[in-house]
Amino acid sequence: MEHTSTLEKVLRGTAITLVILFFMFPIFWIFLMSFQTNETILRVPPSIVFDPTLSNYTALITGKLDTAAGTLEISFMKNLWNSLFLSAASVAVGLVLGVPAAYAFARLKFRGSEDIAFTLLSFRFAPPLLVLLPLTIYFQQIGLADTYLGLIWVYQLIVLPLILWIVRGYFEDIPADVEYAYRIAGHSWGATFRKIALPLAGPGIAAAGLLAFIFAWNNFVFALVLASADKQPVTVGALAFVTASGIQYGQVAAGIVLSILPTFALALYAQRYLVEGLSLGAVKG
Amino acid sequence: MSETMLRLENVDKFYGPIGKGVHAVRNINMDVAKGDIIALLGSSGCGKTSTLRMIAGFEETSRGKIFLSGREVHRLPPVKRHVAMAFEGYSLYPTVNVRDNIAFALKAAKLPEAEVASRVRDVAEMLEISDILDRMPNSISGGQQQRASLARALIRDADLHLLDEPMGQLEPQLRTLLRGRIKHFIKQRGLTAILVTHDQTEANALADRIAVMEGGVLQQYGSPAEIKERPANLFTGTFVGEPPMNVFPVTASTVGDKLHFDLEGGLDLAYASNAFAPDVREAILKRGRVMVGVRPYAVRRSEHGPAARVLTNQWLGDQSHIAAAFANGNLVLVEHDRARVGIGEEIRVELDPADLHVFDLESGKAISHGQELA
Repeated sequence: MEHTSTLEKVLRGTAITLVILFFMFPIFWIFLMSFQTNETILRVPPSIVFDPTLSNYTALITGKLDTAAGTLEISFMKNLWNSLFLSAASVAVGLVLGVPAAYAFARLKFRGSEDIAFTLLSFRFAPPLLVLLPLTIYFQQIGLADTYLGLIWVYQLIVLPLILWIVRGYFEDIPADVEYAYRIAGHSWGATFRKIALPLAGPGIAAAGLLAFIFAWNNFVFALVLASADKQPVTVGALAFVTASGIQYGQVAAGIVLSILPTFALALYAQRYLVEGLSLGAVKG
Repeated sequence: MSETMLRLENVDKFYGPIGKGVHAVRNINMDVAKGDIIALLGSSGCGKTSTLRMIAGFEETSRGKIFLSGREVHRLPPVKRHVAMAFEGYSLYPTVNVRDNIAFALKAAKLPEAEVASRVRDVAEMLEISDILDRMPNSISGGQQQRASLARALIRDADLHLLDEPMGQLEPQLRTLLRGRIKHFIKQRGLTAILVTHDQTEANALADRIAVMEGGVLQQYGSPAEIKERPANLFTGTFVGEPPMNVFPVTASTVGDKLHFDLEGGLDLAYASNAFAPDVREAILKRGRVMVGVRPYAVRRSEHGPAARVLTNQWLGDQSHIAAAFANGNLVLVEHDRARVGIGEEIRVELDPADLHVFDLESGKAISHGQELA
C-alpha cells in the first residue's frame, strides 16, 4: 500500500468515517441522553442542545428513582456489583476448568475426544431458551435457584465452550516438540504444562478470558429467569426502569453508560490480546 | 564385549489398536553398546523416528521391552529415562535466548555457573554458533536453530543422546565439517548416540553401526562396511549405495564345467564352475532362479561378455555414470575416467564373480556375496 492515490485516501477516509458514525452514533446518543430528563429526551424534534443534568446518575447511585407515581427503590449499584462478581467468577471458574481441558483436547488423542469437544461447543449454538425451563425446575429442586453458585454454574454454558475452543487452538499452535524437549530435559508433565504450554498460550488465554467476560457480562436471559432482584446483573436490572408511569429513558441511558464502562475499559486495555486471540484461535470473530 | 547401553526387545508400535492400527514398527530387536554411535537409516515412513520416540518415551511401545543402562524403561515417562534429544523441528524454547536454551538442562540440574558457561562455550564453538548465543530463537536462521537444538542435546550428561535428522538443514560444506567435529565430540566424551537420518553419507561418516529400516522392519544392523559388502537382503543391497546396486533375475544351470546365468532378453553369463565355492554354487543351483546384484563400480567394460546399449553417459566431474539397456532392464556403471561412449552405442560388460551378490528371488534374502555364503 505504498502507492495509494489521494482519491483512494479520501474514499477510504470517508468509508471509515461512515462506519464509525454508524456504530458509534447510538452510543454517542445514549451518552447524551444520560444527561437529560425524560422531557428533553422525548421532545419532537430531538435536539442536541439541552441543559445537562446529573439527576439520572444521582438516582442510580443513591438508588432512589423519582417518577410521576412516586419514589421507587432501585438497586442498580447492587446489579452492577452482581454483574462484576458473576462475570469475574464465571470466567475464573471457566479458566480453571477450560484451560486444562483445552490442553487435553489439543495434545491427547483419546476415544471420542472430538465428539466431546464438539458437544461442548454445541452449547454455544443451542438457544438458551431450550434449556431454561428444565433448568429452572432442576435448580428449584436442588436449591440452586436464585444463588450466585447456580448462576455461575449456568454461566459456564457461555464461557466454557468459548475458552475451550480458543485456548485449544493456541495450544495446538505450540509445537509439541518444544514440550517434549522440556520433558526430556528432566521435567514432569505438570511442570511442562506450567512452564512451557501456559506461558506460550498466554495471549490466547487472556483473549479467551476477556471475551468470555464480555459474553458473560452481556447475558440476559439466564439471569432473568434464574435469579431474583438481589442477585440480578445490570442487564436484567435495567428492566426496573420500565415503570408503571413510563420508561425512564434518562436512567436507562445512564445505566447503560455505567454498565458498559467496565467492559469498555477492559477491552481497551487488552485490545491487542483480543485481536490476536480472535485471529489466531480456533473460533474466528 | 563392551557394556550394553540400550536394548530393544521385540518392540512393536501400532498407531491405533494393537493388531488393527498402522503397524509402524515391527518386532525390532537391537543392542547398542556403550560409546557407540548408531544410525537409523531409512526412507521417510520407515519407522525410524517412531523407534527413536519410543526410546525417548514420547510414544508408548505397543509390545516389547526397552532397557536403558540395565533398567527397564519402556513404561517410564521421558523425565525418568535420562536421555537427551535433538529434534528435527529444533523446538527451541521461544522465550529465552540461544545461550539459555543450550544451558537449560545444566542450569536446571544446578551445575556451577562457571562450568555451565565453559561447557556452553565449548559446544557452541564446536558447532560454530558462538556469535548467536545472545540472539532469540526466532531471529536466527533454520540452520542456526538446528545447531542450537543439537547443542542443547549434546551438552547434557545423559545415558543416551538421540539425534533426529540433526543436520538436515545445514549446507553441505558445513555439514561435512560438523560431521567430523560431532563424531569427535561424542567419542571424546564417551557418549552413546542414536542418529536418525535418511542420508547415507551421514550414516557412513558418523556411525559405528547402521540399522537399515524399511516398512517398520529392521532390515540389517551392522557396521557400514558390512552393510555395503554383505547386504542381508535385496532391500539393503539396493537401498544403500549410490548409484544403487544393479539387480536382475537369472536362471542358473551347469553345462559341462561352466556355471551359466541366463538373463532375460537371451543374454548369458558363463563362469567357470570353480569361480564359485562349492557350497555357494550348490545354494544357487538348488534354487534355480535367483536375483543377481552387482554394484555400479564393479561393472567393467570389456571385449566380450553380454551386450548392453548405452542410454545415457554423464560426466560428473570426477566420474562417469553410464546407463545402458541390459537384459530387459537397465544397468548402471561407474567409471573414474571420462568414458568415451556415445548414446546408442553397444558396449560389452564383464561381471567378476567375486563382485556378485546373489539373493533369493522370493524372500529377497542374500544367498551369497562373491565367494562366500551369506
